[in-house]
Amino acid sequence: VPSPSNPEFEAECIRRILAGEKHLFHELIGPCERSIYFLLFSLLGNEADAEDAAQETVIKVYQNLQRFRGESQFKTWVLSIARNEGLGRLRKLNTRREDSLDAGIDEAGGDYTPAILTSWREVPLEALEREELGKMLQAAIASLPAIYRNVVLLRDIEEMDVRETAQALGITEGAVKVRLHRARALLQRELAPKLKGFAPKRKRVFGWGS
Amino acid sequence: MRIDCKHVWEHISAYIDGEVDAELRAHIDKHLETCEICSAVLDSTRNVVVLVADDRVFELPVGFSKRLHERIDEMLESDSA
Repeated sequence: VPSPSNPEFEAECIRRILAGEKHLFHELIGPCERSIYFLLFSLLGNEADAEDAAQETVIKVYQNLQRFRGESQFKTWVLSIARNEGLGRLRKLNTRREDSLDAGIDEAGGDYTPAILTSWREVPLEALEREELGKMLQAAIASLPAIYRNVVLLRDIEEMDVRETAQALGITEGAVKVRLHRARALLQRELAPKLKGFAPKRKRVFGWGS
Repeated sequence: MRIDCKHVWEHISAYIDGEVDAELRAHIDKHLETCEICSAVLDSTRNVVVLVADDRVFELPVGFSKRLHERIDEMLESDSA
């Protein structure tokens, strides 16, 4: 398996694919699959549409491969194609425009006050073995406005940097930071009170020491 | 400069990502030493970020990759036809 986002590997791969070694496209696209799917899932909101759009995206990537100039990372370029595919479908469906995906909502006010706590016991990753926790986290992400959900998905879940996220979503780096901040604040407010039950029980300390 | 809780909350995301400058970081750290509310807000936010990023939370649908590559094969075959 090639290492993800290795520009030399990608450039070599693209050159050889365009020269006729088409089967190499499988390896080129492999490291991008997950991000393509989840970006589309965050836009379209259901698995079937996200999968269909992901397949369509990959075909468009192949058909336009000679246009990739290496000005951005390959994955970033691929995700911008995925985003266009997703937005095109949303426009066609003209479904709930839950929020305009490119409007100036960043300037809009809103309450991003966190859930106020006086202590926090860390919920360890092992707690994810409990299915209900995963479901709770998924539901919290799903309930975010799409413009925030997209940013959390690429920055925190797919671990892309601010610049790549901005390029893939066609927004400024400043907007990425503002949206990420708001998304995290909304997630904290939604989840922190519920997550308390997943922290390990505090050890009883009386009777020890002093 | 003394900073209040609200000011700290505005910078929590940037603080977690290491994107606040040294001076602001020092002010926030000082505030955190004495404010248990902000410490808990910061810790819980960081905890939430780490949890949602875990691969177990968002998994690809079963068979997604297989179907995708089959579709690519179909496309490559028709492309060379």
